[in-house]
Amino acid sequence: MAETQTAEQTGAIESSKGSDDIIQINGMHKWYGDFHVLKDINLSVKSKERIVICGPSGSGKSTLIRCINRLEEHQRGDILVNGIELTNDLKNIDLIRREVGMVFQHFNLFPHLTVLENCTLGPIWVRQTPKKEAEAIAMQYLERVKIPEQALKFPGQLSGGQQQRVAIARSLCMSPKIMLFDEPTSALDPEMIKEVLDTMIELADTGMTMLCVTHEMGFAKTVADRVIFMDGGEIIEENVPNSFFDNPQHERTKLFLSQILAH
Amino acid sequence: MASTSTSAVQTYVPGEHPDWPAPSSVKGPVHWIKTNLFGSVTNTLLTLLTIYLLYKIIPAMVDWMFIDAAYTGTSRKDCEAQAGGACWAFIGTRLQLFIYGFYPEAERWRVNLTAVLLFVALAPVLYDNVPHRGKALIFTVLYPVIAGVLLVGGIFGLEYVATDQFGGLMLNVIIGVTGIAFSLPIGICLALGRQSHLPVLRIVCVAFIEFIRGVPLITLLFVAAVMLSYFVPPGTNFDLLVRMLIMVTLFASGYMAEVIRGGLQAIPKGQYEAADSMGLKYWQSMRLIVLPQALKIAIPGIVNTFIALYKDTTLVIVIGRLDILGIGRSSLADSKWQGLSTEVYVFVAIFFFISCFLMSRYSLYLEKKLHTGH
Repeated sequence: MAETQTAEQTGAIESSKGSDDIIQINGMHKWYGDFHVLKDINLSVKSKERIVICGPSGSGKSTLIRCINRLEEHQRGDILVNGIELTNDLKNIDLIRREVGMVFQHFNLFPHLTVLENCTLGPIWVRQTPKKEAEAIAMQYLERVKIPEQALKFPGQLSGGQQQRVAIARSLCMSPKIMLFDEPTSALDPEMIKEVLDTMIELADTGMTMLCVTHEMGFAKTVADRVIFMDGGEIIEENVPNSFFDNPQHERTKLFLSQILAH
Repeated sequence: MASTSTSAVQTYVPGEHPDWPAPSSVKGPVHWIKTNLFGSVTNTLLTLLTIYLLYKIIPAMVDWMFIDAAYTGTSRKDCEAQAGGACWAFIGTRLQLFIYGFYPEAERWRVNLTAVLLFVALAPVLYDNVPHRGKALIFTVLYPVIAGVLLVGGIFGLEYVATDQFGGLMLNVIIGVTGIAFSLPIGICLALGRQSHLPVLRIVCVAFIEFIRGVPLITLLFVAAVMLSYFVPPGTNFDLLVRMLIMVTLFASGYMAEVIRGGLQAIPKGQYEAADSMGLKYWQSMRLIVLPQALKIAIPGIVNTFIALYKDTTLVIVIGRLDILGIGRSSLADSKWQGLSTEVYVFVAIFFFISCFLMSRYSLYLEKKLHTGH
């Protein structure tokens, strides 16, 4: 941890536009009808980098990460994920989605399938993994998120925290290169937030490339290589966590941090 | 109270409050009767009124249908000589006609065989713990062809039977089962088409659904019987029964599409997004994620449509085909049995009630089976 942080601090952010970037977003704009949601987004993410995106609600942070796997379409600029450009080409979209896992605020587990079936569905149908093998992999990840004993239950029988851990395991079963987290703890009871964050921290320790939209500033401080602050559809400020929290540059960042850290 | 509030913090040993059995006022038959039958004044009045009406109706009905009924005889006079109630002898002597219509007597085993095979074909669809389900489903897919060959014949040494000899209960079942079997997949396609992002596909589906729903089935059947021959090239003989089957199926599909659309709309956007983000293709996410959930939600509506379709099969009478109701009605014209319309209608009603009741029971079983606690 300490090593990566020092590496970041010695100017990694400035030189982050190298060719080893796993995600590259250049001059990206998005509109919902007339509403300009994302304005001139430029962002490069290196492999194994962990990024936390925060900002007030409606600032476009969820929309930004949803553009990375094309759940939302962008209108201008370009997005390259794993070297593939996101266009209307369905083939490219499918290729990118295989490598990008996503965890949602409301888990979005498939309620008609068991936990195990939720986890094996992607590998079996998208990666053509044989069923036995897919189940073995799924059990391995369910063990990693510490709920192998729930494998044969249905999502509706689990607590929120357990469901979110299943959702993480489900994404990991596809062995993605990048994981997107869209406010993964916002729909959880306070006592369940920790178990999900612990799972995410463990995942970060394995070297996964992660983009997390979250308000959990403790998580940002422990895990993130870089914190991005968004407001009004723009990236206002980005920095390593220590500098971001101790020495915010922008007025809007200061205001946001004072509100979120006030209590 | 005062003493507890002023004393020091109280602690409890876990397990100090074991579970006690519930008092009889919250469970048991007495509780059920009290809350469900005599819960309030209105409730009590309604219960008493219902009991009174049942007391008035049921004994008289049982008397007419069973106790005071005549089961044998060769004419209405025979019946009246025996008893004052229902004359089931009439139904008994006509039973073959009610079931097979005018299907040649020597060939009726083919109808029976088709009926038995129907259950074989249905079993793997209705229950998923049937042995060798995969192979059984192949038979199910082939069944319509097998049934067609068996019933119509003309090949494999089977004598040809024209479809205008089909009638009675057999006709209802053929039309009902065909309509049910094909309207579900067509309805699913129409419902998905209506949600499509492709404008042409969407408009075609919407236009079809709205047309079907805006036109009475009788009209469509007349069109099938009379007008279709103007559209098809001269010389092509398009069997009337097939035309009816197509019309009934399309009619039910239109309704089915809307029922399924209701189910599709109940699926949260997050389910589509989760399926998309996993990299599933459109048809995969529909088949694996969306439709299983949407159809489950739509089961009551789907079965409702099935039942309505099944009962609508009696409308074939308007184009001159005699189904069970038609045969019954025309039997009334027999001078030996004149005036026995009640028996005929009760018989037909019982037949339809049993079929429809089984469908609705099965749908409840399915709903329970598919319930996964969400």
